[in-house]
Amino acid sequence: MPETRVSVRKTYKLYIGGSFPRSESGRTYLVDGDNVALASRKDLRDAVVAARKAQPGWAGATAYNRGQVLYRVAEMLEARRAEFGTLGVDAAELDAVIDRWIWYAGWSDKIGQVYGAANPVAGPYFNLSAPEPTGVVGVVAPASFLGLTSVLAPAMVTGNTVVVLAGAPQVAVTLAEVLATSDVPGGVVNLLTGRAAETAPWLAAHDDVNALDLTGVSDPQLAAELERAAAGNLKRVLRPPADGNDFRRDPGLQPMTALLEIKTVWHPKGF
Amino acid sequence: MTATLHQAGDLRSVLHGLPGVDKVGVEARAAALGTRSVKTTAKAAAIDLAIRMVDLTTLEGSDTPGKVRALSAKALRPDPADPSCPPVAAICVYPAMVPVAAEVLAGSGVHLASVATAFPSGQAPLAVKLADTRDAVAGGADEIDMVISRGAFLAGRYDHVFDEIVAVKQACGDAHLKVILETGELGTYDNVRRASWLAMLAGADFIKTSTGKVPVAATLPVTLVMLEAVRDFRARTGRQVGVKPAGGIRTTKDAIKYLVLINETVGDDWLSPDWFRFGASSLLNDLLMQRTKLTTGHYAGPDYFTLD
Amino acid sequence: MFEYAPAPESRSVVEIAPSYGLFIDGEFTPGKDVFKTVNPASEEVLAEVAEAGPEDVDRAVAAARRAFGTWSALPGPERARYLFRIARIIQERSRELAVLESLDNGKPIRESRDVDLPLVAAHFFYHAGWADKLEYAGFGPDPRPLGVAGQVIPWNFPLLMLAWKIAPALATGNTVVLKPAETTPLSALFFADVCRQADLPPGVVNIVTGAGDTGRHLVEHPDVNKVAFTGSTEVGRQIARAVAGTGKKLSLELGGKAANIVFDDAPIDQAVEGIVNGIFFNQGHVCCAGSRLLVQESVYEPLMESLKRRMATLRLGDPLDKNTDIGAINSAAQLARIRELSDVGAAEGAERWSPACELPEQGFWFAPTIFTGVTQAHRIAREEIFGPVLSVLTFRTPDEAVEKANNTPYGLSAGIWSDKGSRILAVADRLRAGVVWANTFNKFDPTSPFGGYKESGYGREGGRHGLEAYLA
Repeated sequence: MPETRVSVRKTYKLYIGGSFPRSESGRTYLVDGDNVALASRKDLRDAVVAARKAQPGWAGATAYNRGQVLYRVAEMLEARRAEFGTLGVDAAELDAVIDRWIWYAGWSDKIGQVYGAANPVAGPYFNLSAPEPTGVVGVVAPASFLGLTSVLAPAMVTGNTVVVLAGAPQVAVTLAEVLATSDVPGGVVNLLTGRAAETAPWLAAHDDVNALDLTGVSDPQLAAELERAAAGNLKRVLRPPADGNDFRRDPGLQPMTALLEIKTVWHPKGF
Repeated sequence: MTATLHQAGDLRSVLHGLPGVDKVGVEARAAALGTRSVKTTAKAAAIDLAIRMVDLTTLEGSDTPGKVRALSAKALRPDPADPSCPPVAAICVYPAMVPVAAEVLAGSGVHLASVATAFPSGQAPLAVKLADTRDAVAGGADEIDMVISRGAFLAGRYDHVFDEIVAVKQACGDAHLKVILETGELGTYDNVRRASWLAMLAGADFIKTSTGKVPVAATLPVTLVMLEAVRDFRARTGRQVGVKPAGGIRTTKDAIKYLVLINETVGDDWLSPDWFRFGASSLLNDLLMQRTKLTTGHYAGPDYFTLD
Repeated sequence: MFEYAPAPESRSVVEIAPSYGLFIDGEFTPGKDVFKTVNPASEEVLAEVAEAGPEDVDRAVAAARRAFGTWSALPGPERARYLFRIARIIQERSRELAVLESLDNGKPIRESRDVDLPLVAAHFFYHAGWADKLEYAGFGPDPRPLGVAGQVIPWNFPLLMLAWKIAPALATGNTVVLKPAETTPLSALFFADVCRQADLPPGVVNIVTGAGDTGRHLVEHPDVNKVAFTGSTEVGRQIARAVAGTGKKLSLELGGKAANIVFDDAPIDQAVEGIVNGIFFNQGHVCCAGSRLLVQESVYEPLMESLKRRMATLRLGDPLDKNTDIGAINSAAQLARIRELSDVGAAEGAERWSPACELPEQGFWFAPTIFTGVTQAHRIAREEIFGPVLSVLTFRTPDEAVEKANNTPYGLSAGIWSDKGSRILAVADRLRAGVVWANTFNKFDPTSPFGGYKESGYGREGGRHGLEAYLA
């Protein structure tokens, strides 16, 4: 056996509808010596279609099931510690990432209780407000792994499906590989690598996207433009946090509630 | 329709195939209609119509010939001071009092109704109920107010209730049959609708809410459900059936709410004493007082109206 | 037929001044111009009202900013007491307000008296109680107000929409500049007087009257921290664009094209009432109106027969008559839009029906109308008409009903009529709408959050959830 084996390198591809296709454009770009797929607007279009298709099934899964799937993501991450280490994710950040997946996994069957309400209306009516996923969420993700986790997990756990424009591509695609092996149904997360500034306007203006998370947008000018484009179909917009992106803080409920709709059901009571 | 349904043993599926009634919805609708504002000329017309719809009633253990004669006289001339005041529709008494009332009312056009069939509970053998009915008719009653067996109805023995009504209807001969559902004991509006259809299928000429002897008597929403039933029954069979709320209707304001209910649910065709009655006693004096207020322009007091 | 004699509510219970100024910093002041507000039932001019220009909006926002410091610092129980006072004054003066609302808006007095005013008072009462309990509302231990709220409201429920906007804003410690619709400013100006009667500190509530330009100045004002708008989806979109990049918090309650779904096991008489209430309540000037009736084919004919019979009893006419069910269309412009879309419906081949109905000669009127034979491809099945016009479609299975109901960019409300519990729950689950009324319709309550999915807007009004729109 030779002393140094010629290693098998990984090709970093997109993650759409549960598969790992190349960009339909055939374009790639170099990141730290790796060829990475450079997503086009048509890849984005395909990703939205996949997300929309997967949405009812994911929203219709039981909260228990979604929680188990997110927990499985944490398990798979734990198993891939070494790989993430070689991609520059330090142990402390990886711990935080895994903890965050577990934290959100636990929310799946609690957010409805915490964020719903039984309303004491002045009449003989049953009146219940319950949160539901807003639908397909477009995300411009922050570059850090903890940042990516902190925008992805709350969208997923609430039953939304996601099209995410990734920051650091190798970490993101490796996470996609984790998702693909964690019982996350195909299409629930669709991940595009490339230039967010190129694809994000298409995402913001897409009429079949219900919400837009701009947490990863650092240029205020671009954030304003994307927010303006999102007004076309009145997307719910999560603006970049005004006080910076310290993802180690307690996220609170807002990352989940911003992607939830409240549905209130009335029914008379009487026999 | 009546005969074929019954022979096929399909009564249950017919009654349970009727559309449901949403309690909150029907009560809200009745309450909304209750806010109609009926004033001036409309009120005057409504009061006279309501008087003509009254089944002036006394159903007490203490009824005597003297009491019934007085009430019958009042039925003919509710307001002795005003000859333009119309007579009521009918007198309603126990079978034992029928001959007394018949004597006073003879030839007047005011009908004579009697509560037969072991009123108010209906808990007697059929033979007794039929004899009760035949006696009342023989004594001069031209309208019979019978009670259904609520126990049998609630137990789902629809055929039994149906057969009783058919038998009483036969015993009535030419007399009109009003079937009392005792809605206060039926528990649900769904049951009110089913009992209404059951009575109509069995041949009732009128369906009536209550005996007046249980805590809950006529209400607007119950009457609304019954009006919907007679409306739908006519649409299906071509036969028109009357409605009589009874018990608890004491004021002109109440009576007008019922007229509004008729007006906006079944319309003109039922706005007549032939198709709608109020089973009431104290209501009449309130109608008379309001009538006098409209004609004289000032309020009157109870001393200006006859006791009975 | 039993004819009801006229039963008019007395117009003289409320005093209308010949002219009104802007309510800024606790005082009525002139604006840059004036406009007239008319009674849509008679076209009679009711009053002249000031139109706020950019400088007037500046003054109002500045007054609200000045007031914000002390108002937001006021202990919760103190703020609560002002709101309780306002609620009580509204209860005591609700007859005046109901008449005023019907005069300026054209809605039947029966509705302003029995629906609008009781809900307005209840809304203030409910939010008054929140003012000193915000830390228990579930939005963190230290919920803080946003600052100055710029609020723009529509003409369909002038005072109720004011209550939906002002009550939560004040309870959470914000101050307000509110612009009522240009065709219905009077009840908001009356409310200004209620604020004075309650000794509300000057500047906490400011009312600027005017049209679209005034509203634009308000929502684009750099010193406004929060924008709340109820109105059309088109204007909502413009506001969302204008607010982009500013950091202002935004809540929008926009249009709708609600499906009212009737299954063959529905409680039919109540369903008919629900259909009528769903589309003819407030002349159909209701964003959550049940304007698309989806009927299961197996019950189509008897249902339509019942509906037509019921519609024939609707009483259209003088809004102040206590027996009127359908009042006047709010403005000539709205009437023109209703006519235009109805003509499109007829031209596209849908069958048009109205009961025999005499329309008054003066004023703006439109007979209750239904279109049958409508499909998803008809414009009247897709566009919001905002009038007493119902489009009737059919379906065969629950799946088809849900698909058709959701096949719209809107998602505000929906109705379900069925006696089968499991079906109701399953359909309610799948409808993409913020409010689902099952076996009822058009019910509102201050404790119950209201608002839409998709292009019907975002944020909720009312209930615990409604507070979130006014808290940081």
